Amino acid sequence: MAGIDATPRTSESQLGVELDPIQLVAPDGTPTASSISSKYRRNLPPETLAWLYESMVVTRELDTEFVNLQRQGELALFASCRGQEAAQIGAAACLPKTDWLFPQYREIGAFLLRGLTPAQMGAVWRGKWHGGLNFTEKCVAPISIPIGTQGLHAVGAAMAAQRLGEESVTLTFLGDGATSEGDTHEALNFAAVFNAPCIFVVQNNHWAISVPVSRQQAGPSIAHRAIGYGMPGIRVDGNDVLACYAVTAEAAKRARGGGGPTLIEAITYRMGPHTTSDDPTRYRSDEELEYWAARDPIQRYRTYLQAEGVWSERLEERVAAKSKRLRAELRESTVNGDDFDITDVFDTVYHDITPDLLAQREQVLAEIAMEAGA
Amino acid sequence: MTQIIERPPFHGEDEPRRPLFTSVPPAPTLTMAQAINRALHDAMASDERVLVFGEDVATLGGVFRVTEGLAETFGEQRCFDTPLAESAIIGIAIGMAIRGLVPVPEIQFDGFAAPAFDQIVSHLAKYRMRTRGDVEMPVTIRIPSFGGIGAVEHHSESTESYWLHTAGLKVVSPSTPTDAYWLLRQSITCRDPIVFLEPKRRYWLREPVDTETPGLPIGRAAIRRSGDDVTVITYGPLVATAVSAAELAAQQHGWSVEVVDLRSLNPLDFDTVAESVRRTGRAVVMHEGPRTLGFGAELAARIQEELFYDLEAPVLRATGFDTPFPPARLEKLWLPGVDRLLDCVQRTLEQP
Repeated sequence: MAGIDATPRTSESQLGVELDPIQLVAPDGTPTASSISSKYRRNLPPETLAWLYESMVVTRELDTEFVNLQRQGELALFASCRGQEAAQIGAAACLPKTDWLFPQYREIGAFLLRGLTPAQMGAVWRGKWHGGLNFTEKCVAPISIPIGTQGLHAVGAAMAAQRLGEESVTLTFLGDGATSEGDTHEALNFAAVFNAPCIFVVQNNHWAISVPVSRQQAGPSIAHRAIGYGMPGIRVDGNDVLACYAVTAEAAKRARGGGGPTLIEAITYRMGPHTTSDDPTRYRSDEELEYWAARDPIQRYRTYLQAEGVWSERLEERVAAKSKRLRAELRESTVNGDDFDITDVFDTVYHDITPDLLAQREQVLAEIAMEAGA
Repeated sequence: MTQIIERPPFHGEDEPRRPLFTSVPPAPTLTMAQAINRALHDAMASDERVLVFGEDVATLGGVFRVTEGLAETFGEQRCFDTPLAESAIIGIAIGMAIRGLVPVPEIQFDGFAAPAFDQIVSHLAKYRMRTRGDVEMPVTIRIPSFGGIGAVEHHSESTESYWLHTAGLKVVSPSTPTDAYWLLRQSITCRDPIVFLEPKRRYWLREPVDTETPGLPIGRAAIRRSGDDVTVITYGPLVATAVSAAELAAQQHGWSVEVVDLRSLNPLDFDTVAESVRRTGRAVVMHEGPRTLGFGAELAARIQEELFYDLEAPVLRATGFDTPFPPARLEKLWLPGVDRLLDCVQRTLEQP
């Protein structure tokens, strides 16, 4: 069991937060100076570079299929992650699959990386079951609809890992809106006080439904809040998958070495509406959308890979085939999947069902039987 | 006067069959606070996954000294002080439970459960269902609760109705040191989340506590005093009040009052309630919290739904009032006591 030192351990000089985000690949696809000289330089093998590309494209394709299914009336709602693929895939890809993830609800890129199937993810939006199906078998917590509450669960899991003598790291995804919630404050504070091996990845996508990030705080940046908690805060270009990968890998290395938590602010943009029920034309401009479209994470990374000689027609074909397969899987599981039994609603609440709930379970079965007989 | 009615448990497969009255070795005399401390100690000794944490629980040993000695005995990995943040105390307990630990967080006082309400209601209670049973929440939240000690504001609240209206939680409240010991041991081994409401005004009740012979399981009520005329149904701090009232009623009026101690509010042992009310034909429900939509309302509804033709009188409620908890110097007038209870008892007896 690792010791917990709850005395202040960070000096002010350790906590300088740079306002300029870490960027390894510029929006035009060219490598930046940081990619050559900084501590974030990574010599990732070509297979890993290709895997990151594949993951981002497949995520976007699957995301598109989700939106289509909603438009066709097969899903009540969907929260698209279009534009945020690099932030979540970069962060999740650098961790082993035994490190726990605590998502918000917009992280299908991270879910895909963990091997969660479209059917497991789609169950939420189809209204089949809350939270997603069997996410925890892949060390992923169920999605959290209340904003920011999952940060505390991540800290608890990280504190458990300390007590279990693991060298694991726990990562939670939050949004810019979540940083205004009290639970996020408590989570950051607890993580720092207990030196928990926990990484907070805030996907600052600039909008919490209609409220801009400027209304969430008055400080210089979300990452700057880390100073007050006594942990490193890092701003990263959230549309640069290699930068997100490198920054998270660095934070994970620190956490595994007993260095405690890190707050990462990944600056990205939600290209779609908040959910399919939202109308973003009421609060943001076409110019803003165009600005961010020019910084698209996938287009940028493809240009980079082409220059690096990693991109090929064969890779593109492989990615297209996988996208097609997963889109078909999603459609099939959505349209033709079976609903669960109403009795599951009763049977999953408690390990030991109570007598009163058992009676109510019998009541609903009687109602169904009566309906069938009528 | 304590009499326990022998009845099969509601899910007896987990419970070994044993006679309820056997000869037992001499038991140590403990206060309820000490009994809870002993239960925490024994639970931590028997299962290293058990953790105790909260505000002032480690170095200080808790503001009521209920957690005294645990940090010294088990180390600060397993019993530790947290920053002052109740939502976080429950939130990290959830994360720990996901990873297989057995957290026993303390909320220092009833009134401070409010900041943790979201984590308890939105997550702790729902987690098992949301994950289709993949993830269990064996979390026991200890909350020193209820009034009667002349405390400052926010230190005398009855929170049970909030938890009872939340599917996924179980709620228990002991009335004696022995019950406190065993209900807590059983809560900690239970695989469902439990809100454990400690009647702080009874922390100093003292009795021999047998820590060898398991007590009644969660989900079973106890008859604390038997009687034939009226059934009083209560729990936690008011059980002792009801028993005193019953003694007084017998001496002064010759009324025979039966006192049912629910012990476990969810799961509810309605069989024991029903057996008693069927016999007496009259029922009074007693709790400290405000009357409207208190647990008494649910009990009264259940009794009339299931026992309407056995009733000789309407079910009455001796409760607190629909106001915020009053200042300390007025709490005696506000809290339901012997007089308010016996007034209800008399009214049920006066029915034709």
